[in-house]
Amino acid sequence: MNGGLWHGAWRRLRANPAAVAALCIIAALVAMAFVGPWFSPNEVEALDWSHVASDPGMVHAHWLGTDRLGRDLYVRTLAGARVSLAVGLVASAVSLSLGLCYGAVAGYVGGRTDHVMMRIIEILSGLPLIFFVIFLTVLFGRSESLLFVSIGAVGWLTMARIVRGQALSLRRKEFIEAAVASGASSARIIFKHVVPNVLGPVIVYATLSVPQIILFESFLSFLGLGIQEPHASLGTLIAEGAGEIEAAPWILLVPGVFLTMLLLCLNIFGDGLRDAFDARERR
Amino acid sequence: MLRYFLKRLAGAIPTLFIIVTLTFFLIRAAPGGPFDQEQTLPPEIMANLQSAYGLDRPMWVQYSRYLWALVHGDFGPSFRYKDFTVTELIGQGFPVTLELGTIALSLALVLGILIGSFAALRSNSAADHAAMALAVAGIAIPSFVVLPMLALLFGIHFRWLPVAGWEAGSIRHLVLPVVALALPPLAYIARLTRGGMLEVLRSHFIRTAIAKGLPLHTVILRHALRPALMPVAGYLAPAVASIMTGSLVVESIAGLPGVGRYLVQGALNRDYTLVLGMVILYSTVLIGMGLLVDLLYAWLDPRIRFER
Amino acid sequence: MRPGGAGISPPPADAAAALCVTNLEVSYARPDGTVAAVRDVSLSVGPRECIGIVGESGSGKTQVFMAAMGLLAENARARGSVRFEGAEILGLAPHPLNRVRGSRLTMIFQDPMTSLTPHLKIGVQLAEVLVAHRGSSWREAKREALEALERVRVPEPQRRLRQYPHELSGGMRQRVMIAMSLLGRPSLLIADEPTSALDVTVQAQIIDLLRMLRVELGMAVALISHDLGVVAGLADRIVVMYAGRVVESARAGDLLRSARHPYSALLLQCVPNLRDARLERMPCLPGQPPDPAAPERGCAFAPRCPRASERCARERPALRDLDGAAQVACHHPLSP
Repeated sequence: MNGGLWHGAWRRLRANPAAVAALCIIAALVAMAFVGPWFSPNEVEALDWSHVASDPGMVHAHWLGTDRLGRDLYVRTLAGARVSLAVGLVASAVSLSLGLCYGAVAGYVGGRTDHVMMRIIEILSGLPLIFFVIFLTVLFGRSESLLFVSIGAVGWLTMARIVRGQALSLRRKEFIEAAVASGASSARIIFKHVVPNVLGPVIVYATLSVPQIILFESFLSFLGLGIQEPHASLGTLIAEGAGEIEAAPWILLVPGVFLTMLLLCLNIFGDGLRDAFDARERR
Repeated sequence: MLRYFLKRLAGAIPTLFIIVTLTFFLIRAAPGGPFDQEQTLPPEIMANLQSAYGLDRPMWVQYSRYLWALVHGDFGPSFRYKDFTVTELIGQGFPVTLELGTIALSLALVLGILIGSFAALRSNSAADHAAMALAVAGIAIPSFVVLPMLALLFGIHFRWLPVAGWEAGSIRHLVLPVVALALPPLAYIARLTRGGMLEVLRSHFIRTAIAKGLPLHTVILRHALRPALMPVAGYLAPAVASIMTGSLVVESIAGLPGVGRYLVQGALNRDYTLVLGMVILYSTVLIGMGLLVDLLYAWLDPRIRFER
Repeated sequence: MRPGGAGISPPPADAAAALCVTNLEVSYARPDGTVAAVRDVSLSVGPRECIGIVGESGSGKTQVFMAAMGLLAENARARGSVRFEGAEILGLAPHPLNRVRGSRLTMIFQDPMTSLTPHLKIGVQLAEVLVAHRGSSWREAKREALEALERVRVPEPQRRLRQYPHELSGGMRQRVMIAMSLLGRPSLLIADEPTSALDVTVQAQIIDLLRMLRVELGMAVALISHDLGVVAGLADRIVVMYAGRVVESARAGDLLRSARHPYSALLLQCVPNLRDARLERMPCLPGQPPDPAAPERGCAFAPRCPRASERCARERPALRDLDGAAQVACHHPLSP
């Protein structure tokens, strides 16, 4: 395992001002999502009928305004952010493990199995994910576990491809042969040797897939196919706000800006991470 | 060249067939039925409804009847919108979605290639960094955030464009939706073009072209552009998929009478034939796009035409 | 072994040189310091002369001519003077430079496999030279392209015009490159390792072709190679370069019979048969050329030189004129 690879990558990452700034902003946003509500006296579900759809201001500590039902936007947005982040992380973990296992097996076993497994991925890659989700919704109706499955389906294909590529090249390396010679079982080899060495590109891709997943979840929630009542994610909040832009644009802008900042910084950081790991990309 | 195309076409038709078949059986095999949402109906009425829609026949009968109808362009009645057949619904909505999507794709291609090429030629300059920063923004920011913000700015604040709505033949109503829809693919295409162009500019044959004393615009347009666009060609099918997905949201926000909302509504209402019809429609478009891309590859790189 | 072409003697010293390089320096700015590729090279090519430039990879022999053609990389800095037919071309902007390069001053490269544009037909790649430089019509230009292909002995030229580069063999592609470089009636053709990527038999054909064309068209040729055999068959004069400088320059016949600089002598000795020498690294010469990023101290060849003295390590020898139109940069040159 290359300790040197990690050191070099970390150094390059630190030297990238955009990536570092993005990371700080992400940390700040996440912190706000969990700690922010403590600063406000308002409750997430509290309906303040005397201040419906009000503009941001100091009125009744509704710093960022209220929505159609008088709910405080500051608290509500942060709650939505928590939901989006939670879904994002869980689904990322699902997609990561799925892709990792699938790819490691395909790459290590090789031969016909690999061929078939890759064909399946090829076919699935061509279809827009939204169709898959819509399909499942038609079949099974709306449910939240379904949501996790379908959102987790974002990104596992590419992850599997990356892992399989690495596994294929590692298969031939000496230390694998040594492990085989010493009688280790296939499963042990895969998990103890192949997986750790694949970690670099996997980390990069995992980081880049988090914003994709959060985006997809928001997209589904926006359409009404995602998070259901009573929970609300940033996508649901934005959907509520989209209908009100003429009268009360803040209902859209607050969660919209939060989501945008989150996605933007995650992407910038992911790009920076990728550049740090892949020396060839630097120009 | 013709043989290459026919070979590709022959491969595409079975794919479509498989999709239709799979879709049909999967939907039929699902738990629950299209009438579950209704309040419990008396069994006789239920039976009548089933028979009217042909749901009481054996599966293979339903399947063959469906295929037969498909070949005649008949997607069957919508289970939800009782007065319309799916064909009629698609006929009303598809032209709008098609117009929206085609303009968005063209815009993304033209601007994306221009910006990407420009960034590559001025690589590592301020303009290059600015362009690539905008590209990151385009990819990251969701269309359902961009569109309302654009509507807010140009529709409400400046009052230059209508906020939403649709009039047949009107350009003004399409501007904001098209821009919101085109932004992510535009950003990707700009990045891909820049990368492809930088790669190609280091090639030996570009060195030869420069050594021949050809003016820069000839070197770029005649020698560098086609190979530089290979990655963009590879992205075309995903770009169409992205635009299809984006149109669901954009049509909904902008109130466009396109066909995207049928897909969403169909899912929420569990309207079998509608969803089936939409999936077939979109799959056909995607497969057609795939064929087009294959042709495009052959044009960009003549070596591919000669492959067995 | 025959020195030079068909007995063409070098032109008198006062005839206007086709190419005159004076005190050329080329360096590259890299993140970890500057690298000197060419460190003060002066040479000239007479109007119908053929000179061969010989050296290991890294000697700077290619960079000299890349500088002349304006093909240096973005991070390269060139200083000095390069005059083509009397006019200064070093540092010239692309637009005025394009009037000369590709027409009167042309260059062919080492790798015919990758030097032609894969998606354009041969005919287009040939004809565009004339369309760009002379404003010919495409039909007119294609006709001349056909003639050019015939001149370089490409079989079935009419058919070749409509083909793509990947449909031609390496040798044929190099002939096409030569044809491309002749269309503008050049006064100087620079050939950078034109045969290195080709089979031995094809190599001989290409060199014969160059020899014949030189006589037919009366043009000057600068032949760059690490292969003395290739150079010996064509050059009137040979210039030997080492570590970014010229170490010897003499008439081909004189140098091949008795080189004055120890490096040139070793080059000659190392080669069992000059017809198929391959000299990327000297197999019988110990050591490596100096690191171009390191500063110079004394003679660059001293560490590997059998005649090196203490003075050589301390003081860099300047290029001096010797009798017989030869020059040498050495404190202890060999006697003739």
